[in-house]
Amino acid sequence: MYKYDQYDQQMVDTRVEEFRDQVRRRLSGELTEEQFRPLRLQNGLYLQLHAYMLRVAVPYGTLSSAQMKVLGDIADKYDRGYGHFTTRQNIQYNWIKLEDTPDILADLAAVEMHAIQTSGNCIRNISSDQYAGAAADEIVDPRPYAELLRQWSSFHPEFLTLPRKFKIAVIASETDRAAMRLHDIGIKMVKNDAGEIGCQFYVGGGMGRTPMIGPMIREFVPLDQLITYSEACLRVYNRYGRRDNKYKARIKILVHELGKEEYTRQVEEEFAHLLTQGIEPPLAELERIKPYFDDPAFEAGASDDLDLSDPDFRLWVERNTHAHKQAGYVIATVSLKPVGGIPGDASADQIRLMADLAKEYSFDELRVTHAQNIVFPHVRKADLYTVWQKLDEAGLGTANLDSVGDIIACPGLDYCSLANARSIPVAQKISERFGSAEKQAEIGELKLKISGCINACGHHHAGHIGILGVDRKGVENYQLLLGGSEGADTSLGKITGPGFDEDGIVDAVEKATNVYLANKQGEERFLDTYRRIGMDPFKEAIYG
Amino acid sequence: MVEVQFRLREDEAVNDPAVTVDAFTEQTNASAVRVEPGDDARALLPHLDRIALVEVNFPSWTDGRGYSSARVLREAGYTGEIRAVGDVVIDMLGHLKRCGFDAFAPAHPLNPADAQAAFDRWDNVYQATADGRRPIWALRHPA
Repeated sequence: MYKYDQYDQQMVDTRVEEFRDQVRRRLSGELTEEQFRPLRLQNGLYLQLHAYMLRVAVPYGTLSSAQMKVLGDIADKYDRGYGHFTTRQNIQYNWIKLEDTPDILADLAAVEMHAIQTSGNCIRNISSDQYAGAAADEIVDPRPYAELLRQWSSFHPEFLTLPRKFKIAVIASETDRAAMRLHDIGIKMVKNDAGEIGCQFYVGGGMGRTPMIGPMIREFVPLDQLITYSEACLRVYNRYGRRDNKYKARIKILVHELGKEEYTRQVEEEFAHLLTQGIEPPLAELERIKPYFDDPAFEAGASDDLDLSDPDFRLWVERNTHAHKQAGYVIATVSLKPVGGIPGDASADQIRLMADLAKEYSFDELRVTHAQNIVFPHVRKADLYTVWQKLDEAGLGTANLDSVGDIIACPGLDYCSLANARSIPVAQKISERFGSAEKQAEIGELKLKISGCINACGHHHAGHIGILGVDRKGVENYQLLLGGSEGADTSLGKITGPGFDEDGIVDAVEKATNVYLANKQGEERFLDTYRRIGMDPFKEAIYG
Repeated sequence: MVEVQFRLREDEAVNDPAVTVDAFTEQTNASAVRVEPGDDARALLPHLDRIALVEVNFPSWTDGRGYSSARVLREAGYTGEIRAVGDVVIDMLGHLKRCGFDAFAPAHPLNPADAQAAFDRWDNVYQATADGRRPIWALRHPA
């Protein structure tokens, strides 16, 4: 994985000092909370209902064991002994003291980590495919391009006070595992007819209160124009994105209001101009970055045999592993969704255990997924049983990847000052209702996503089943959505009808799954059945 | 008029009153113009040879359109003064300078020591912008 050189290290060290200085000015009263707010947000520090929350960047979701270990240590030293992995492949700590934050950033900088631009109206942490470099279906590892973009977007002086936040994802396979088209910019690495690698640009996707699927605005941007083209997209947005209404300030609204053609025309005009400005790093820079993402030293001829005689292990292998490009290896996902647990939470000890296991069994590497789980990207099949046993002993052996128990949920009203309703208790109740392995196996793949407000941090629009918490006359109320998807077949869920209370929504989810089970044909997933039979049978069962 | 607190230019200060972009394009004797966030700085490009001062107003420092305005002017070859006026705060200074600003007239005067620290903060930078600094990628790959 990528390693900082002296320059990268200097950038994060300087940021620590800058932020230390900003905190000093805040604590001394030179800065009011109102003045400090945008500054702390650009460094991932939120003021939530009970305490400060610090969001730490995990660029394109990739972590080393040493970094993971420090994330565990920070949870112990500065928080309440746990961390929360997020839908942006980051980690956040919910019980932070303002005066500790400069020291936390210093601890992070010591292992080449930071919290730069994990919040605020700027370019956020670049996300990517959690199976990058390990999946058999990618045309190239997307992460070198994400790293190039990470550096370009870090402290970009023109784009630190955009109309609104800005999220970029980079993928390189047909199977979209990063919800690419639901980002402000989605970049898909592609190969053209001449066999050259380039970037396909999708701009103006997003969730929030006005969900939109980003249209493709350019089929092929050559690699030596990637930064210039990105800069053109951003400049048009910075100049013309709406600033009169924060709910209409995302780039999706600009693209929608101008129309894809007009936005594209403006970008192309800006791009033609910027090409004359010499702002593109040389291809040699990409070539410098690429070897950091070379394959680890896989054992040639590693055995593909797996002893599946332990039924619990067998279930976990079936649910939580994915084919690896290298024979004898497998991609294993650690579910952070135990029955009745808080989605994405892990204790300091669990975090350190995963760090140790990755060091010993996964070439020192881990990934955070946007579904709030952890991936060991390169596990030898011969080691898999040992790895699972150690995970299982620590409460990390849950076999429910992409099933109804693998719920994505935002922190909701338990933590977040924007939320209208709690998300976590709903996730816990659903997870318990569908807790049995048999039930989950029967239902199969079902992506369930919960947001505690219309901002959609829990991606409810993209859930096969989505739940949106709203405030109805001071009472928490939950709307049900069906039919969303974030894959290559991205679609937005539709609301079934009137909302429910907390127990009612759990019942409604069960009724929806019953309709699926009664109507499913062959190998159909919940989503496939829904798409075939439509909303009516579900409505009838839920409200009839 | 608010006083210029920091000026990074050696030439004589321009004190002509700045007119709006609309007035400027009609008023052929004006040499100073004030760009508001919603103005298109490119409207000035045909007139660069008669501009000595561009004031870019930040009614609120969190509205970042002025950064683009300054870069657009510098990229078109404008070499006169670009002055940030309005809600200019310490933490913007280094970024403004990188986008081509070379004079700063904050509505509320800034602590000079903190301001100097902000100007000097970054020994190196990741991007090529209007300040002509060699970005980190150029240092890594000397031509």
